[in-house]
Amino acid sequence: MKGGFSMKLELITLGVVVLFIAAFAYVSSNQTHEWGGADGQAEDVISDLTGGTYQPWFQSIYQPPSGEIESLLFSLQAAIGSLIIGYFLGYYRALAKIKAAKPALEREGKSDA
Amino acid sequence: MHIMEGFLPHPWWEIWFALSLPVVAFGVYKMNKMIKENRETLPLLAVAGAFVFVLSSLKLPSVTGSCSHPTGTGMGAIIFGPWITSVLAIIVLVYQAVFLAHGGLTTLGANTFSMGIAGPVIGYLVYKAATRAGLHLYLAVFLAATLADWATYLVTSIQLALAFPAATGGVLASFEAFAAVFAVTQVPLAIVEGVVTALMFKYIVQLRSDVLVRMNVVSQNTIKRLKEAVA
Repeated sequence: MKGGFSMKLELITLGVVVLFIAAFAYVSSNQTHEWGGADGQAEDVISDLTGGTYQPWFQSIYQPPSGEIESLLFSLQAAIGSLIIGYFLGYYRALAKIKAAKPALEREGKSDA
Repeated sequence: MHIMEGFLPHPWWEIWFALSLPVVAFGVYKMNKMIKENRETLPLLAVAGAFVFVLSSLKLPSVTGSCSHPTGTGMGAIIFGPWITSVLAIIVLVYQAVFLAHGGLTTLGANTFSMGIAGPVIGYLVYKAATRAGLHLYLAVFLAATLADWATYLVTSIQLALAFPAATGGVLASFEAFAAVFAVTQVPLAIVEGVVTALMFKYIVQLRSDVLVRMNVVSQNTIKRLKEAVA
């Protein structure tokens, strides 16, 4: 691969992701879980520790009215992030290509003249 | 790692704000200075911020049967250091607190401290130590991002334990209770985050190693070795 790097890291990443999915598949097929958020579970621990006496003293100023809208906003967050990453990596890639092609283009230009 | 809205009593929410806000303020100053002096860092800054956006939106299932999310702050910490990364983190945390009822405005100080400061500081130090010890560049990035993620959740456990000490056993006992929720759940997620960050870092090295060298993130020698290893 000219000017490139090996694909070893891609393979490692793939392996880790596969292991991660396998762990999820294993746990969810052998045990029943709610798959709730750990942040919410911390709330239960607070309730246990205080004997259920702790009341949050401030409420969220806005609550997504449904799970659908919440996932919409989460997806939006991911989409905005991915868009920016893709845009700049693509920009960099094209820039590198132009740089690499420039000497060749200049040579061609000279031979024409 | 999000402490929910209203779930930190007085005086803790004020304390964490008092610790976080000066760091973020100095981070904003450093960020402006860096962009002014070196315009070519701006796209990388956008990528590092976007990386936090993407990773912290992914709620992943873990072996404990609950879901949690990566932080994405390791990348920013390695390239820009913890000061500037705290600014990237607070932007995401405000978005999630305002639109998603995830975390909160009263707990923003504490959440910024764990995700935007403590995690990135650990990540930054691990990266510096690992590269100095001569570890492979991508292994150093992996360790930094993994430990930054994990440290964030440990700090959240400490924050909650300090605010809610157990009747018997005090802060230590309640730390164990909170860490039982966060620490194990986060291990597989932190590893995934570490690997993905290393991969992302590889692409940045491939495309803009010149900027990373100028910013003293990676040495010219390391880049040369990486390129020779493939050739």
